[in-house]
Amino acid sequence: MSAAAPPARSREARRRRLDKWLRIGLPFAVLAALVVGWDFVVTANEIPTYILPRPGLVVWTIVADFGVLGPSLLNTLLITLLALALATIGGVALAIALTQSRIVEYSFFPIAVVLQVTPIVAIFPLINIYVGNDLAKLLICAWIVAFFPILSNTTLGLNSADRNLRDLYRLYGASRWQTLRYLQLPAAMPYFLGGLRIAGGLALIGAVVAEFVAGASGFGTGLASRIIESGYRLNIPRLFAALVLISATGILIYVSLSVLSNRILGKWHESAMDRGRR
Amino acid sequence: MIANPSAAAAERPPIVTLAGVGKTFDNGTEALAGVDLSVGRGEFLSLLGPSGCGKSTILRLVAGLDEPTTGVIDWHDGVAGRAAQRARNVGFVFQEPTLMPWAKVFENVWLPLRLKGVSRADAGPRIMAALESVGLADFATSYPRELSGGMKMRVSIARALATEPSVLLMDEPFAALDEITRFRLNDDLLHLWAEKAWTIVFVTHSVFESVYLSTRIAVMTGRPGHVATEVVVDEPSPRTAAFRTSAHYGEIASATSAALHEAMGE
Ligand SMILES: Nc1ncnc2c1ncn2[C@@H]1O[C@H](COP(=O)(O)OP(=O)(O)O)[C@@H](O)[C@H]1O
Ligand SMILES: [Mg+2]
Repeated sequence: MSAAAPPARSREARRRRLDKWLRIGLPFAVLAALVVGWDFVVTANEIPTYILPRPGLVVWTIVADFGVLGPSLLNTLLITLLALALATIGGVALAIALTQSRIVEYSFFPIAVVLQVTPIVAIFPLINIYVGNDLAKLLICAWIVAFFPILSNTTLGLNSADRNLRDLYRLYGASRWQTLRYLQLPAAMPYFLGGLRIAGGLALIGAVVAEFVAGASGFGTGLASRIIESGYRLNIPRLFAALVLISATGILIYVSLSVLSNRILGKWHESAMDRGRR
Repeated sequence: MIANPSAAAAERPPIVTLAGVGKTFDNGTEALAGVDLSVGRGEFLSLLGPSGCGKSTILRLVAGLDEPTTGVIDWHDGVAGRAAQRARNVGFVFQEPTLMPWAKVFENVWLPLRLKGVSRADAGPRIMAALESVGLADFATSYPRELSGGMKMRVSIARALATEPSVLLMDEPFAALDEITRFRLNDDLLHLWAEKAWTIVFVTHSVFESVYLSTRIAVMTGRPGHVATEVVVDEPSPRTAAFRTSAHYGEIASATSAALHEAMGE
């Protein structure tokens, strides 16, 4: 039996390495195939550039027009990250307040739900009127959509600490603050990080949507404004370039938050463990 | 085995007494009614009974995690009131290891002391001594998920140990473990009990475990739960594997078994 052990282990290791490569390689392979297919469709049907540009041209436009697109990208990114940071602070703080007191929970949770279920596009004209500062408008908009998943996930997490562990804390005379700090916050971490990942994507959507709605009223320096502007001028390659930059931003945010999540949970939580072992 | 248990129990001064204790839950379940039980200082008392008869409920009441609906629980240690519970230092080992998965073994054992404001440095020697006594000193920096079920249970025991409890309450701590591990932990526990002169209240549904470990067994019956009979196990300490196969052991086990069946049938 002992002779069979080493091959079995190396087979396991090889399987795991393969799994890792597949996980990174496959999405890129599919993406590459799509791009090649896109290029083929455009050339084979002689589709004009003002309807569907070739992928190479889109990439070239990103480089050539970076003087215009770069600052817009930075702007959208700034609003997204700022909104995400504020949503994190607000969501976690409110979640803690909600779980500390039933009165606070009953009073404020329904209001948070109302904010969540009302489409942001419908609220925005009001924000547009009430708030003077352009940056603040977009920020509020992105914050409203990003805030809820963090609030609801963190609240769920804070309440999900193991019942026996709660009893143990009570038995050893833990104060409210100790229970929060040593038990509830760590127990809520996986839930919070899940909410953060969703919120990251939503903050970007909020920032872009707000700019779209605001774009009509004449300000805007983000990528959404570039898209609207390019649409009017039928500068389709630039429209695609801006679109690709938005997608890339979203992917970057998602990947960074996933890495962060794995870093924090890696040692103890199931979700962050090696896939090969499940 | 002694036929008149109350005479034997009277040898030890009581540390906590339950008199006419009843517990009815909010949903109307009457879990306990008329429980009379005295825990003597330094004894190893087992609560033996079928599942659902209220053994866990008794432990929770003694620990102060729940309030009895009727009757009184008296502590004979001269402290009273809410603050007393902290000073009293009751240890609890749950059926599951109940460890914090995000904390290393060391931090898990530190928890009760940390909650009492003992710093990591001050608690260090006691934590390592507790881990030493359950044979896990080398695993202080491991995470719970890296340990086997039996090792996790030992960490849970070490956590209770580190506080040097005056009374240790254990709720079927070894029920989920395989027999070999359970026997070893039984021996470890007996060893610690003899060494530290603790009072242990140990819940089990196994006749054999209760006979092997206890100085006295309270046989319970359910719906609503109360103590039906008591059996005193007069085998001196230290007990070894030889006790498990002795005629004396078999005698007490069959008597306890009969008492349990009688209690369930009544
Ligand atoms: N929190 C609770 N609410 C309602 N019923 C409960 C609660 N805890 C226990 N019970 C009931 O009380 C009875 C005794 O439970 P328990 O003390 O856990 O029994 P045991 O530990 O002996 O198996 C059971 O019928 C159980 O369903
Ligand atoms: Mg139980």
